[in-house]
Amino acid sequence: MLTDTDRRILRHYQHDPMLGPADLADRAGITPATCARRLDRMQAAGIIRANRAVIDWRALGYEVEVSLRITLDKTQPRAFDEFIATARNVPEVIEIQTFLGRVDLRLSVIARDMAHYQQLYRSAILDLPHIADIEALMHVARIKSDEVLPV
Amino acid sequence: MIALDTTDRLILRELVRDATQPASTIGRKLGLSQPAAWRRIRRLYDSGAIKGQRLDLDHERLGFGVTVFLGVKLATKGRVSLDDFERAVSAIPEVQTVEHILGLYDYRLRVVARDISDFERVLRRRIMTLPGVGDVEANVLLSEERRPGPIG
Repeated sequence: MLTDTDRRILRHYQHDPMLGPADLADRAGITPATCARRLDRMQAAGIIRANRAVIDWRALGYEVEVSLRITLDKTQPRAFDEFIATARNVPEVIEIQTFLGRVDLRLSVIARDMAHYQQLYRSAILDLPHIADIEALMHVARIKSDEVLPV
Repeated sequence: MIALDTTDRLILRELVRDATQPASTIGRKLGLSQPAAWRRIRRLYDSGAIKGQRLDLDHERLGFGVTVFLGVKLATKGRVSLDDFERAVSAIPEVQTVEHILGLYDYRLRVVARDISDFERVLRRRIMTLPGVGDVEANVLLSEERRPGPIG
């Protein structure tokens, strides 16, 4: 179970994952030794899985991001497995999510520009198996993207 | 636009896996000296190829069993209502991400909750009371996979 100190560490660490161990301990109001021990424990318990770098795809020349909402042909018993396995082979697919609701799956696809996107859409996306319906949403802006959990 | 060579891409992949690895560890994996690895890592951050870091937490272990994506359509449009909506929605702690999109909906929200009844509370008390909110579509997240993207 998490203690109040653990929660305090997680709150500060989530808001600024680039903090070094000394600064994090300082913000959480504990000694560096306590902070290191708590972090080790939460990592060992699998509560903290990783501290990951976040890539700015736009800075790398990928100007377009599209969300594809996909409905699958559920008369095919292996539709989900086969669709996902094939989608993994498309490098420009950066996220695959499955849902309970009006749509079955969502793919996040990045492309250099609209021409590149159109080419990807025709050559890679439409080729994915068992698609019954597909709907594209274009990203305009991210208003909030810190993905902080209210622990 | 920032040009990356193959070594940069491999370093990027390592940092996405674990950004806290020392330059010496990454250097050893890729056959680079510590200073050479450090210089390349520094450049990835300084050039903006890496825009930050994200703590990857086990949501369920922290008591957040449910993630729902909400498609929100605004009932009244106009500059003022967009700003008001964005400010109010960003202030809700359970709302993890807010994206402005073009298509069927105006915004996509990623919402975390402890369970379905907690989600209902967030939806009724926080989301449905937002300024200008119209139609809302909910899809419950079952699984999620983040892919490395075109860097490898």
